[in-house]
Amino acid sequence: MIYDIKLVIDYDYANAATGGRHLACLLPLSHDADQRLISGALTITPVPEERTDRSDFFGNSITEFSFRGAHSGIAVMLSARVERFEPLPSPADATRLADLPVALSQIHNLAPDSPLHFLSASPRVPPTAEITAFARARVRPDMTLADILQTIGHALHGHMRFDPEATTVDTPIAEAFAARHGVCQDFSHIMIAALRGLGIPAGYVSGFLRTLPPPGKPRLEGADAMHAWVRAWCGPRAGWIEFDPTNDKGAGTDHIVVARGRDYSDVVPIKGTLRISGGQESHQAVDVIPVEG
Amino acid sequence: MTRKVKVKPVDTQLFARYRPLPGVPDELVDANGAMRPAWAGLIAHMSGLTEAEIAQDFARGDQHLADTGVFFRNYADKTGAARDWPFSPVPVILHDSEWADISAGLIQRADLLEQVVADLYGENRLVAEGHLPASLIAQNPEWLRPMVGVRPRSGHFLHFIGFEIGRGPDGRWWVLSDRTDAPSGAGFALENRVAASLVFADFYRHTNVHRLAGFFRSFRDALERLRIDPASRLGILTPGPLTDTYYEQAYIARYLGMTLLAGEDLTVENGHVRVRTVEGFAPIDVLWRRMDGIWSDPLELRSDSQLGTPGLMSAVRQGNVTMVNALGVGVLETQALMAFLPKIAQVLTGKPLQIPNVATWWCGQATELAHVRAQAHRMMIGPALATRMPFETGAAHAIGGVMRGTDDADLHAWLTDQASGLVGQELVKLSTTPVYQDGALVPRPMTLRAFLARTPEGWQVMPGGFARIGAGSDTTAISMRNGGSVADVWIVSDRPTEYVTMLAQHSTPFQRAEPGPLPSRAADNLFWLGRYIERTEDLLRLVRAYNSRLNEAASEPLLETIRAQLRTYNVDAAEPFPSGVRDALTSAVYSASQIRDRFSVDGWAALKDMQKSMNRIAQKAEAGNDAALVMSVMLRKIAGFSGLVHENMYRAAGWQFLTIGRSLERAAMMTDLLATVTDPAAPAGGLDLAIEVGDSIMVHRQRYDLLTSRESVIDLLGLDESNPRSVRFHLDVIAHRVNDLCRDHPTGQLAVFQAQVAVLRNTFAAHTVYSLDTKALRRHHQRILNLSVALNAAFMN
Repeated sequence: MIYDIKLVIDYDYANAATGGRHLACLLPLSHDADQRLISGALTITPVPEERTDRSDFFGNSITEFSFRGAHSGIAVMLSARVERFEPLPSPADATRLADLPVALSQIHNLAPDSPLHFLSASPRVPPTAEITAFARARVRPDMTLADILQTIGHALHGHMRFDPEATTVDTPIAEAFAARHGVCQDFSHIMIAALRGLGIPAGYVSGFLRTLPPPGKPRLEGADAMHAWVRAWCGPRAGWIEFDPTNDKGAGTDHIVVARGRDYSDVVPIKGTLRISGGQESHQAVDVIPVEG
Repeated sequence: MTRKVKVKPVDTQLFARYRPLPGVPDELVDANGAMRPAWAGLIAHMSGLTEAEIAQDFARGDQHLADTGVFFRNYADKTGAARDWPFSPVPVILHDSEWADISAGLIQRADLLEQVVADLYGENRLVAEGHLPASLIAQNPEWLRPMVGVRPRSGHFLHFIGFEIGRGPDGRWWVLSDRTDAPSGAGFALENRVAASLVFADFYRHTNVHRLAGFFRSFRDALERLRIDPASRLGILTPGPLTDTYYEQAYIARYLGMTLLAGEDLTVENGHVRVRTVEGFAPIDVLWRRMDGIWSDPLELRSDSQLGTPGLMSAVRQGNVTMVNALGVGVLETQALMAFLPKIAQVLTGKPLQIPNVATWWCGQATELAHVRAQAHRMMIGPALATRMPFETGAAHAIGGVMRGTDDADLHAWLTDQASGLVGQELVKLSTTPVYQDGALVPRPMTLRAFLARTPEGWQVMPGGFARIGAGSDTTAISMRNGGSVADVWIVSDRPTEYVTMLAQHSTPFQRAEPGPLPSRAADNLFWLGRYIERTEDLLRLVRAYNSRLNEAASEPLLETIRAQLRTYNVDAAEPFPSGVRDALTSAVYSASQIRDRFSVDGWAALKDMQKSMNRIAQKAEAGNDAALVMSVMLRKIAGFSGLVHENMYRAAGWQFLTIGRSLERAAMMTDLLATVTDPAAPAGGLDLAIEVGDSIMVHRQRYDLLTSRESVIDLLGLDESNPRSVRFHLDVIAHRVNDLCRDHPTGQLAVFQAQVAVLRNTFAAHTVYSLDTKALRRHHQRILNLSVALNAAFMN
C-alpha cells in the first residue's frame, strides 16, 4: 500500500520570539522491514537560519533548526510518500515470562534495537505499581510473550476509554490509568509500563494512521493527528512485535512508522526552546491518503 | 642536631597523649606506634605552643574563611541554607614517596577509565566480549545516547578528574569512588591550603610541603592548548548559585582567571558555542564543566533542565567545543562498574589495578547475589546504577544487613526482587588522622580526595587534595555522612620544594591582559545590584523621614502622602522597620550572589554584613524616633559599601552597569518624589521632606533661603547638575557611562539606546523650574524607568 502523507504543525506565539532552537522528528523511517520511504520533505516557515538533518541513536530522522531573529510563529510541513508492506508473520517463539531473564542475559550488545534499552524506567514511563498489578493479573505462566502482548493490549483497550479532551501531553501515566481515559499516547505509555512491569522490553512508536478506512471498515481512532502505538520484544526468534492498544490490533498496513524510542520523550514530533515571553498555540492537521492504482 | 635541643618537654606530651584506635591504621602513628617522620615538624611546632597560642593561630584560619565567605550548601538540609566551612586546621600529612605510589596507581586508573569510556561510546568491545553486562549500560541514565559514536575533539573524554581514596585496615590505599563527571573540591583544596598556611604561618613557610600552584598552572596551560579559536576565552560552566559548590566554582574561576558561565550565558550559533556578552556574541571553545552532563542541554539531554544550553550537544557532535570533561563520562561513576573494573584492567592493560577499588558485587549475577546475601552483615547494599554511595542519595539501601531509607524491612525479599538493580560493597574501614580538640589530638576517620589533570605531558596529580574527616570515632566509610570536617593535605618532601605561583614567570615578556567582554547576565546582575542598593538607600531615607515626623500631629496629611508613596514600592510604613526595605536589600544580595566571581571578597563581606545588621536591627526597632535612628545606622553602612565599590572597583564594563543601575534608580525615585511633593495639591511640609530625603538641607540654606519653595526644590533636586542627589546629575552620569560602553560599538541596538539616553537627558535639561511641573515629572519618571527595558534590549542579547 502506498500512501501520500501531508502533515502541518504550526505554532503561533502570543509575543514574537527572539530566538529558538528545535528538533523535529517527523520524517517516516526510510529503511525498515515493513516500510519504505519513497520521497519525503520537511518544509519550515519562516526559513530557519540554521538547519541540519541527521539520525538519532535509534535511527530516527531528526531535523534540527534554529531562528535568531524575531518571529511570531513557525509552521512545519511534511509531505511524504511511503510504501507500507503487509507485516510478515512473526516467527513462532515459545519464550515465556519465566524464560525471559536467561534470554536477556544472553544479549551482549547495545545496538539501537537491543531489548535492553527498553527494560527499565524511561522519562515518561516510571514504574507504576497499579499498572504492573493490572498486567500481572492477566498473564498465565503458559503464555508466550507474543500472547502476553495481545492479552495486555486487549485488556487495556477494554479498561480505557479514548478521550481526546481528557489528558494533556504531560498527564502522568498513573493519573490517566486511574481515570481510565486518554489518547494514543496515554494508551501506549500505560501499555509500555504494563509490559516493563512484567519484565518485557517495550518501546514507543510514533507514526500515522490512514485517514479514511478501506470501504466497509471502521475509522480508526487517532487518525486525525499523529498516532502512537507499542512495540514489545517477544523473544529471540520473534523479535519485536508492534501492537496498537488504542485500536486493539496489531500494527498493519494502516500504520506508518515515523520513529521508535523508549517513550514519547525520545520521539517528540517537534520540541524546542524559545526565547519568548507569553504563551503559544499549536495546531496540527494530518492527511494520510492511499495512492490509487 | 640543634633542632632536637629546642624541643620542649610539652612536645612529647601532644604526641604521647595521642591514642590511635586499636587495630585501625593511623596517619600520624605507624603500625609500631612510632610517629611517621613526615609529621615530626608539625608536631614539634604545635607542641612548642601553649593552648592559648594554638587557639589564636587556629582562629586566624577561621577568620580567613569567614572573611572570604567560604561556604557550602548542604542539600540534606532542606532549608538550603549555606553553612560555614567546617575547617580542621591540622592537615593530613603524607610523605612524597608514599604519594608517588598513590599517584602512579591513580594515573593507571585514570588511563583505564579513559579507555573504558571511549569503548562505551565507541566500539563497545567490553560489552560484546562479556566483560561488562550490557544492561548496566543500556539502562544507565548517565550513558548518554546522543554521545554514542561521538569522538571528543580533543581526542580524550577525561581531562580533570577526582578520586575519593581511603586507607584500609591493612594499610593499603583503596579507591572509594570515581569522580569523573563534574568533580568538585579542587577549589576547596586551595582554600584549605590558604587557611592552613595562615594558621601555621611561620612554620609553613619553612616546610618542604609541595605547593599546589604548579598543578593549577599546568592545568590552565593544558586548557589553553585545547583551544582552537585563538579569540576564544576559557570558561567554567556552572549550574549556578543554587548548587552546593557554587562558592568554590566562583573562587577557582577567579584564581585561574577563567570566566564563570551559566548555561544561559551561552548560545549555539552554526554549531559553535558563543557567550552572550554586552558586546555581542563572543567565541568560546573550551569549557571546564562543573555542571552534570545530563543537565547541560535541555534539547537533547534532560528536557526538564533549566540549567543547560540548547544546542550544546550539537556543538559537541560537530567537534566545535572541548568539554572538560566530555559529556557522558558520568557513566564511569556507576557504582556497579567497580565490580568489573579489576577484570577490565587485566583485559585492557594486561595488569591488575595498582590501587584496588572497594570490593563490589553486582547482584544481577547468581553467584554474586548469593555472596552478597550471605555476607550482607559486612556490606553496604544499594542501587547498582547510582553515581554516589547509597547513603548519599537517600535511596533504599542496607548497611550491615539493616535496611535504611525505606519502610520495607525484609532484606532478602528486597534482594530477590531488585537483584539486577543492586550492588553489594564491602563496608570499608578507614584510617584515622589527628584532629585538635580541647587541647589534645584525637584520632578521627578520614578520606582523601585526589585530583588529576591531563596535560600534554600526561596526567598530573595535585600534590595534595582535600580530606574529609568523620565527626566521631566510627571508622566505617559511612560515618562520613554525618558531616564532620575538612582539612588540608600536605605532601612533604625531604628536600626543599619548588616555589611556583600562578603569576606569570619573569621569563615571559610583560603583557597586559585585556579584560574579556562582560557576559550579559553578569551585566544584568550588576545593573540590578546597583538599582537594589540604591532603592534600599532611598527607601531607608523616606522611611526615616516618615518615622521622625510620626509624633507631630500636624504632619498627618503629609504622613498619609508618604505612606501612599511607600506603598507603590511595596513598603508598609506601619511596620517600624518595613519588610519591603529588607526585600530590596535581599534582592541586592541575590543579584550579587549570581556574580560572586566578579565581586571582590571585601564587597561581598560588606554586603552580607549589611544584611545581617539589618535583620538584627529590624527585629528590635520601634516606630518613631527609634526607627529613625536605626535607619541612620543602616544608611551609614550603605555609604560604607558604596565607598568600597567606588574606591575599589575596576573601571571596566561591570562598573559601568553597576553605576548606571544606581543612577537610574536614584533619578527615578527622586523624580517620583518631586512629582508628589511639588504637586500644588500636596500637603504642607513635603518640600522640606524632599530636601531632607535628598540630603540637601545645608546646600539649600546656603544657596537659596531658609524657606523652601517649589522652585528652589525643583532647581536643587531636579535641575542642578552639580548636586549628586539631583535627577539631572544622574541623567548625566547615565549618559556618560552609556557613551563609554558604546564607544566601540556605535551601531544597531546600541546606537538606538545611546540616542534614547541622550534625548531623555537633553529634554530634561531643557526644562526650567517653571516648566518642570508634576505632569512633566511624572512623564520623565516613566521615561527613566523605560530606560531599564531599553538597556536590556541593547545589551542583553
